Amino acid sequence: MPATPNPTGASPSGARKILVVGGGIAAQSVVEALRDRDATARITMVCEEPRLPWDRVSLSHLLIDGSVDELQLRPGTWYEDHGVELLVGERVTELDPVGHTARTSSGIEIAWDRCILATGSDALMPPIPGIDQEGVVAFRSPEDCATIQASADAGRPAAVIGGGLLGLEAARGIAARGATVTVVHLMDRLMERQLDANAAALLAPAMEELGVEVLLEKSTTRMRGVDGHVTGLDFADGTTLDADLVVMAIGIKSRTDLAKAAGLEVGRGIVVDDRLQTSAPDVFAVGECAEHRGMVYGIVAPIHDQTQVCAEAVLDGPEAAYTGSILSAKLKIMGVDLVSIGAAEGSGATVEDREARSYRKLVVQEGKLVGAVLMGDIKGHELLLDKVRTGHEVDDALALLAEASQASAADLPDTAQVCNCNGVCKGEIVQAIQDHDLGSTAEVVARTRAGAGCGTCKPLVKEILLDVRGGNVDENTYLCACLKQTREDIAGQIRAQGLESVSEVAAACGTGRECGGCNPGLAYLVSEINGNRHREERHARYINDRVHGNIQKDGTFSVVPRMKGGKTTSDELRRIADAADKYDIQTIKVTGGQRIDLLGVKKEDLPAIWEDLGMASGMAYAKSVRTVKTCVGSDHCRFGLDDSMGTGIEIEGMLEGLYTPAKVKLGVTGCPRNCAEAYIKDIGLVAIEGGWEVYVGGAGGTEVRKGDLLCTVGDKDEAIAASITFLQYYRETAEYKERTYTYMERMGLEAVQAVVFDEERGAALRERFHLAQAAAIRDPWLERRKPVVANQFSELDTEAPVFGFAPMAGDEAEAPASSAAEPVLAAGSATLAITYSDPTDGSNDR
Amino acid sequence: MIPTDIALAATDLASAGWVKVGTVDDLPELEGRRTTIEGRKVAVFRLLDGFAAIDAECPHKRGPLQDGLVADGCVTCPLHDRRIDLGTGEVMGHEGESVSVHEVYVDGTDLWVRLVGAA
Repeated sequence: MPATPNPTGASPSGARKILVVGGGIAAQSVVEALRDRDATARITMVCEEPRLPWDRVSLSHLLIDGSVDELQLRPGTWYEDHGVELLVGERVTELDPVGHTARTSSGIEIAWDRCILATGSDALMPPIPGIDQEGVVAFRSPEDCATIQASADAGRPAAVIGGGLLGLEAARGIAARGATVTVVHLMDRLMERQLDANAAALLAPAMEELGVEVLLEKSTTRMRGVDGHVTGLDFADGTTLDADLVVMAIGIKSRTDLAKAAGLEVGRGIVVDDRLQTSAPDVFAVGECAEHRGMVYGIVAPIHDQTQVCAEAVLDGPEAAYTGSILSAKLKIMGVDLVSIGAAEGSGATVEDREARSYRKLVVQEGKLVGAVLMGDIKGHELLLDKVRTGHEVDDALALLAEASQASAADLPDTAQVCNCNGVCKGEIVQAIQDHDLGSTAEVVARTRAGAGCGTCKPLVKEILLDVRGGNVDENTYLCACLKQTREDIAGQIRAQGLESVSEVAAACGTGRECGGCNPGLAYLVSEINGNRHREERHARYINDRVHGNIQKDGTFSVVPRMKGGKTTSDELRRIADAADKYDIQTIKVTGGQRIDLLGVKKEDLPAIWEDLGMASGMAYAKSVRTVKTCVGSDHCRFGLDDSMGTGIEIEGMLEGLYTPAKVKLGVTGCPRNCAEAYIKDIGLVAIEGGWEVYVGGAGGTEVRKGDLLCTVGDKDEAIAASITFLQYYRETAEYKERTYTYMERMGLEAVQAVVFDEERGAALRERFHLAQAAAIRDPWLERRKPVVANQFSELDTEAPVFGFAPMAGDEAEAPASSAAEPVLAAGSATLAITYSDPTDGSNDR
Repeated sequence: MIPTDIALAATDLASAGWVKVGTVDDLPELEGRRTTIEGRKVAVFRLLDGFAAIDAECPHKRGPLQDGLVADGCVTCPLHDRRIDLGTGEVMGHEGESVSVHEVYVDGTDLWVRLVGAA
């Protein structure tokens, strides 16, 4: 609150009018810092880019996988909720620091009391002959990424000029898409500003292993071209390089045109003092456009330091001063761990393990820690950053290095910055966990924004959470816990590199090699992303999915045939009874999912009992769509409002054979009396007067949770469409083993609805659902006729029969297994009328 | 562990305590199958770089180890996820628990196992 009233500060209504020029990380950060301190100020944000503020630090994600929407700093509703007027796609063209007005590109006049410039920077494009040709791009915008992607996907060779952070990230993105790429660097080592020679010497081969060629000490003199499109580079030493794409990443240039025209003092950037004030009294500047004590910062961490001080100054808060930032940088390339803090050159302590390719160095000056370089093993970097920041006195640098490598979240001081992208320190995270009783990393990220940027600090966020809650945390954050790789990390690689099997994922990312515990999860992920057109590797699946039965405590298996909607026939029951006698079934149990479970079947008897049953697998052993429980509905019930049994059978037919992140059970009930328990199913359909309700995320297990009402629709076809759209979204975005009820709590109903009912995204989800379903194996029990590995159902000391030959895909077969009342031929016959859905051919899918 | 003399005749192997349990093609890659030798259940595994054999029952609750997931030279029991080192037979994280490790010999395509102590 103002200590002394400012003559121009108060608008007639009393609330201060603040104009923020810019829509990047700095603009967003300063707006949030202002709003945190002043609930009434009238804030207007003018964002030149045609999209909501997004996280440019994560730009390289756009090269691998994903859209800029996913990088939004805040959802669109945030601005309204926080009373921030946001103009998107508008540029401020004139600024009058004396009259306190501004004008935008479309002629809007804005009066302000205080103005903050956060106009950012452009890529530095030196006047090299030929640089203005097609095929020469910067690495700044989503549009640049689209150009880079298109070129890389076409397999055209690329050159990246600049071997700093940005250039290396761009090159890695191009290499990940399978194109040849060369980093061309002027200096004799990569990242020379952040690394000493030793670390740089380790970095170059690490990049080369990722498919990035490195050329050092190359000065580009000319960009050759044909018909106005670049074809290669000429270097000062007479050598050349062919390239159809040239990415410029040699540095940034502050955007100062507006400030210059307004008469503000401008050097390399807009000159500001320790309060971030420009040469005009009510105009401030933050971020990459600002020059403070001769420094223009091109990295994200200083922005948050600046915006906090700036917000205080703008609001006439307590005296605050910005005295500069410690430069720290973290390379965001999977498989290359590298952190540089402060000074890289100088003496202190060094620990190098060439074998493990790890290099850790501290730089000490006059008894104080001034820098650190961590390569390969970056443990403890947050602690070291905090110690560099506070000018920690060092007696024994080697001991400090050892301490840092052992540092756990608990050892970090509250002031240690955990998330550099969003400037969040440990104390804030601890506070948020305690104040809001946060129980999962996802919640902490959502609340504090720590980890919402590049995401590299998420492991630490989780560690802090575990520490604060004494281990009482319930989540599946990592798909591969050994390498701390998330589902998203791995999915990105699968998409970018077109991986089609678990082995390929292991080769590309190292995932699943250590304990192997994540192999079933990887198998699901690979199958899902490839729409079930993946290369199946049974050794990555649980025994249940290798032999299509649920293993019991004595090593025998249970057999549950599909009985859609819980409806059966006397023929089926007779076959089940006969099979139970023939195979000496210990227990016959009617299940909660309205089916019949035959317990105690030996592995080698599975093919024969399936053959005798002549029914399809109920997949009661898999993480897949299990059953659709129904009530009798309007066919017989005097309360029934619609045909729940028919609807349940129809939906089960559409979903059968689909694998899911965790088991999915459905219910369809003919009236709100809920006899089929649809309210507590993963997906539940309830007939109501005049239509249907669709519930999702219900649970009737250890936890009982009524599902969230996804929608109310007019007829069953719409209800089924909503169900499959939701199911596909869940299949694509849930963590492995995450049931719909935890998924819904994590995602939030509104966020799910926004996607499922978005016309375009919904249609795309349904299309992918149908593609996946067309290639799914509807009845895995048909492997009795066509085993997929040697001795699939037998041991070395047992034998299992194989039944005839499988009908070829596309063979005319009268009745699919799903047709309940089909008579069944004798065991051993090869003419059983069952279609086999070949995973490579969806055409015979019923 | 594995005999060094290359051309051992089947009779020699048998007399040295080896038992033929099948051929290499009987085992899919990174999977296991059970065999029975002198009434003892043995799980034989095909790894990326060879074969391994251990007692087939998990010391925890007698889970069938041949049905476990194989990775990094270990098998994970399908019942309660105990991890067992195929080289040493030790149950990881459960000191003192272990299973016996048996020898495997590949003669051409034939797969031979010798129970520990049968040499």
